[in-house]
Amino acid sequence: MLGLEDLTREEIELILTTAESFKEVQTREIKKVPALRGKTVVNLFYEPSTRTRVSFEVAAKRLSADVINIATETSSVKKGETLIDTGRNIEALKADIIVMRHNYSGAAVMLARHVSISVVNAGDGWHEHPTQALLDIFTLKEKVGHIEGLNVSIVGDIAHSRVARSNIWGLTKLGAKVLVCAPKIIIPPEIEKMGCRVSHDIDDALKNADAVNVLRMQFERDEQAAFPAQLEYFKNFGITQERLAQAKKDIVVMHPGPINRGIEMSSGVADGANSVILEQVTNGIAVRMAVLFLVAQA
Amino acid sequence: MKLLIKNGRVIDPENNIDQIRDILAEDGKIAKVAQNIRNGADKVIDATGKIVMPGLVDMHVHLREPGREDKETIYSGTRAALKGGVTSVLAMPNTSPAIDTAENIKLLKCIIKKTAQANVFIAAAITKGRLGQELTEIARLQKEGAIAITDDGASVDNAQLMQEALKLAKKENILVICHSEDRSLSARGVVNLGLTSTRLGLRGISRESEYKRVERDIRLAEQAQAPVHIAHVSCQESIEIIAAAKKRGARVTCDTAPHYFSLSEEAVLGYDTNFKMNPPLRSADDVVALKQGLKNGVIDAIASDHAPHTENEKDIEFERAEFGVVGLETELAVAITELVDTGLLDWLGLAKKMALNPAKILGLNKGTLGAASDADIIVVDPAREWVVEKEGLISKSKNSAFLGKRLKGQVEYAILGGKIASKNENSRHPRTGKISQVAENLRA
Repeated sequence: MLGLEDLTREEIELILTTAESFKEVQTREIKKVPALRGKTVVNLFYEPSTRTRVSFEVAAKRLSADVINIATETSSVKKGETLIDTGRNIEALKADIIVMRHNYSGAAVMLARHVSISVVNAGDGWHEHPTQALLDIFTLKEKVGHIEGLNVSIVGDIAHSRVARSNIWGLTKLGAKVLVCAPKIIIPPEIEKMGCRVSHDIDDALKNADAVNVLRMQFERDEQAAFPAQLEYFKNFGITQERLAQAKKDIVVMHPGPINRGIEMSSGVADGANSVILEQVTNGIAVRMAVLFLVAQA
Repeated sequence: MKLLIKNGRVIDPENNIDQIRDILAEDGKIAKVAQNIRNGADKVIDATGKIVMPGLVDMHVHLREPGREDKETIYSGTRAALKGGVTSVLAMPNTSPAIDTAENIKLLKCIIKKTAQANVFIAAAITKGRLGQELTEIARLQKEGAIAITDDGASVDNAQLMQEALKLAKKENILVICHSEDRSLSARGVVNLGLTSTRLGLRGISRESEYKRVERDIRLAEQAQAPVHIAHVSCQESIEIIAAAKKRGARVTCDTAPHYFSLSEEAVLGYDTNFKMNPPLRSADDVVALKQGLKNGVIDAIASDHAPHTENEKDIEFERAEFGVVGLETELAVAITELVDTGLLDWLGLAKKMALNPAKILGLNKGTLGAASDADIIVVDPAREWVVEKEGLISKSKNSAFLGKRLKGQVEYAILGGKIASKNENSRHPRTGKISQVAENLRA
């Protein structure tokens, strides 16, 4: 499970349907099923992450899998071990699934080429973050009832966003119309060939949108390339209640977190009636349970 | 020592010969090219049905010695060269230490004398340590035997320094070869900038980073009235700039590498680092433009940019992996498959791009089968198909962009100074039909 670019519409729909039944598990008093009993899931995280790592850990535990967490600070990676060697060692421990977060694009693809156990991409560089896009899509579908024909705008740092790329692949495969909106400098070249429209005007992006997915602006990023100034960004692209008032009344507001309040969206919007940000977190568990479950069957 | 090659289809671009002929080599030189030569030769090669052409002159090869003998050595690299039909190489100076002093050239010449299996010519650095800060002593480097200067792998960013280098090169009659890249524009990129970099989430190398520097380097050379050679041209705009410069009379030549005219950026979509090189593989339109440039003569030469790297440096995360691919053993077959077999170039055209033109650009008495020239000759089976496999490559490094590809055309003999220097014996496995290769090196 390396990216949504590789999946068919049917495969994505299967994950979403499976996630629905796992969501029901979350409402029970005992939120646990024995589906992955005896299986071992290794969370291999080369980049600091709290919410994705915890979400995968909770998902695996609610499937009764044994979970091992490896963070680079404590591992032999610090001693210079290569990714392939690390992967092969985990395989030699007879683990069943590696869930990997990595700062380099393509790392999950490379790891999967060198081990025979399952690899789930929990985010690789700027490339893909498939389970995040799946939980975004799951949440949106839950709210609106369908994905086909919806107008979804993705706003923010598209160039450096794996969330944006996975959302574009997933949403367009399911028949949504995707628009990406940001200052020109953080729109990657030829992205429209991935099947989306490009806009540099936030009001245009919000006008007909059924949903807006607001990305985190990573001003802490170590980039030589020019980057918009914080305040200017909020002024021109920040999602405010005033701007939202011009949009469809029931527009769904999403954010993969963590939010920079007052930079990509105002607090009023983040906590407002249209926001589904916390539901996304809850749904993330069901979606990741579905992914782990299906990967283990394969 | 007399060597007679009989009944081959002789391709000699300098004398415009494409006919069935015999060739007699005597005392290291071509003695005679004619029909039915009857002469008591010491050794006769029957070349019936084979192509007999000048040994290839590859003007862009990284032999890695001194310093990185784990990647390649002069011995292993020149063996690989002969296997691929390359009898002369120009060794790039980005070794460790860089070839930036007369003493380093002396050291290099010593290793070449002891171990080289093919002709090795030396390119020295333009700036000390190839750092772009301070010029090398170009006159001394030339006197010690360097036939070109280049900071290959890097461009001399400082235009005034580059201008100075071109003036000195002109004075010392030494060729300047440009790796044309503006690093402020290619900033940390690893693949072509465009849909591919966007899809893969990788930093892109813009076309501007190449062609703007090509333009600058040509203009500086024109001002200095020095000849200049642009290495590894990869995009359409560079070709257009070079075509325009040639038209106005600039003394500019250029080459491209087989991977640029046979592969496009789509090859990188699986993050296979054997498709990571600098400049990067460009778009399908660029591939068309490069082929056109080869056909219409804007691109003078084909060079491999043979860049061996160990598995440890290649089989890692894409962004961390080294740039470059090996090419000595595949360049001729790729060119035959992509250019001759498709009718884009005829054999004479191919021999020009891979032997005569690079020899002329470098001022070498090679690339020709004319009487009294060096008897560096290859015998090629043009119909033999083979599959590129790691196990079959004799270079120390296996980072080929053509692994698994079926290619046409295989070198049977490489003759160096009138002597058989390498002979490839191929046999098809009787059961599997798989072609195994035995490269027999006669001088080893």
